[in-house]
Amino acid sequence: MAAKIAYADVEVGTELPPASFPVDRATLVRYAGASGDFNPIHWNEKFAVEVGLPDVIAHGMFTMAEAIRVVTDWLGDPGAVVEYGVRFTKPVVVPNDDKGAVVEVSGKVAALLDDQRVRVDLTATCAGQKVLGMARAVVQLA
Amino acid sequence: MALDQSFVGRTYPPTAPYEVGREKIREFAEAVGDANPAYTDRDAAAALGHADVIAPPTFVFAITFKAAREVVQDPQLGLDYSRVVHGDQKFAYRRPVRAGDRLTVTSTIEAIKSMAGNDILDVRGEVHDEAGEHVVTAWTKLVARAAEEA
Repeated sequence: MAAKIAYADVEVGTELPPASFPVDRATLVRYAGASGDFNPIHWNEKFAVEVGLPDVIAHGMFTMAEAIRVVTDWLGDPGAVVEYGVRFTKPVVVPNDDKGAVVEVSGKVAALLDDQRVRVDLTATCAGQKVLGMARAVVQLA
Repeated sequence: MALDQSFVGRTYPPTAPYEVGREKIREFAEAVGDANPAYTDRDAAAALGHADVIAPPTFVFAITFKAAREVVQDPQLGLDYSRVVHGDQKFAYRRPVRAGDRLTVTSTIEAIKSMAGNDILDVRGEVHDEAGEHVVTAWTKLVARAAEEA
């Protein structure tokens, strides 16, 4: 593993560069194909509304994939992610307009662990609401 | 109706191997808009110490979820799959998934709970490569929402 961040250079509270991830209907169709998750709540508005959703929603796993990018971009080596977990608390609603939605992700070092590992806590919001809970990654630093 | 607690601890036979392809990894990385060269460029991956291009951390879910679905659709379990939503997801990696891996998943039902009419199921998927080495463990919490009153 070859993370470009050294354990000695971080402390509890070190902030990772935040990022914004846009998502529109085309993004969701592409993700459905790449992931094999063709649940119609992620692309069929009529179906989504019928099952009680406000509109089409993003795959939770899509949001999870975007959130960890803040960590993997920081690390350089995505292979340095040792653990990663999230709770899906609120759906990311993706309207069929020219804007779609934007997931904002920030992260900070929450704990220094042994073996040059640290725990990073992530915050992911969309339209001002938290969409992931308990979003945490353990990463191996250099 | 509460689910049968006797399913807790049940382990299902390993899935047929899933062969991880370079182009499938590329497709996934493009779908999440991630340009990290470790996903598409063997030299870049090698510079980081990987034997081939690696997959983004959540890529493996497509494989473990397919295995978990087979478990939760076990007719004997009786879960109403049409009402299932994804509650939590966690991964613990021994090493990254990489192109050329032939991965099998062994699923175990870790817990079954009923809360406020919702059925909550925890499934653990252990992912091994062709040599039998452990690659990643995936924990998936599925929640079958209570049926609405007619």
